[in-house]
Amino acid sequence: MSASANAFAGIDPYKVGHGASPASHHAATGHGEGGPASKRVIVGYGFWIFLLSDIVMFSCFFAAHAVLQTATAGGPSGRELFDPGRIAIETACLLLSSFTAGMSAVATQMRKQGWMQLSLLATGILGLAFLLLEGADFASMISHGAGPDRSAFLSSFFALVGCHGLHVSAGLLWLGTMMAQVFTKGFRPNILRRLLCFNLFWHTLDIIWVALFTMVYLIGEGR
Amino acid sequence: MNQPHDSRYDQRDENDLEPGAVTAEEASPRQAIMGYVIGLALSVLLTGASFYVLGTKLIWQPAIPIALVVLAVAQIGVHLVFFLHITTAPDNTNNVLALAFGILIVALIVAGSLWIMAHLNENMLTTDQVMRMQR
Repeated sequence: MSASANAFAGIDPYKVGHGASPASHHAATGHGEGGPASKRVIVGYGFWIFLLSDIVMFSCFFAAHAVLQTATAGGPSGRELFDPGRIAIETACLLLSSFTAGMSAVATQMRKQGWMQLSLLATGILGLAFLLLEGADFASMISHGAGPDRSAFLSSFFALVGCHGLHVSAGLLWLGTMMAQVFTKGFRPNILRRLLCFNLFWHTLDIIWVALFTMVYLIGEGR
Repeated sequence: MNQPHDSRYDQRDENDLEPGAVTAEEASPRQAIMGYVIGLALSVLLTGASFYVLGTKLIWQPAIPIALVVLAVAQIGVHLVFFLHITTAPDNTNNVLALAFGILIVALIVAGSLWIMAHLNENMLTTDQVMRMQR
């Protein structure tokens, strides 16, 4: 950081033009002479790519459901099936679990094992509550003759919402594994990377749920 | 895997951050927690607005789906910034570019499907026309 780097600080404070301050550019890992990026950056980036491809997969289910939302074949429509109150509770569970997952990330950063386990436990309980509510919804729909075999609308509904539910279930298994691993192995670098990936995964599930409750439940309610 | 740990590969670099990383400016735990609290508050607000819009007579009825989509996009933005820590800072360039490509593909798939299927529905023969052709 010599005088030449400072000279550009005024016109390019965020170093958007990397060439403006060659000293810091070359020193950065993953850029030129800085050497390879750290393992944490590579693992996080790779997992981010996976999550984006998972979102692309979800978008296909979303597209199918959007196209088939009115194809009820004389069966029940969204207006008759969905109860906004229940959906609001499920949404609250998942949103709060995303927040507690964030708290576990902060506790991890501070290396506070107890807080970290507590917030992961809260995340798990909220996620489990979400799954149980969704399972009860599915069971009552099927018992009232509104199963996935009733209409194209319901097939696409169960495929989309069920796929999200499967992701949450997998996330819960992962969460339990991480709690055990941190408990037995402590905050080792490889465990920290797994925690990073788990947090990314859990937040992404919440993002998908935002799109899902808006499109499937709220917009479906008006159709 | 019990490999010996080389600290060189786990050092933080302020010019290159992984997605989900708490950025350098947010280094203190108190600020990091504040970030999550702000994100939660905004999400609760936007979710509440979504559910409120559903039952209200406040806005023009046919515009409700559009309002819901706008609120959802806003909330996804809040999640990306406050929970996943995807920002526009130069250390996040790789993450943002990957996200932009993901959004492009998602938009093509969803909007494209809706567009094409709506056109097919419109161009389909009605039962009446099919009967006339069979005569």
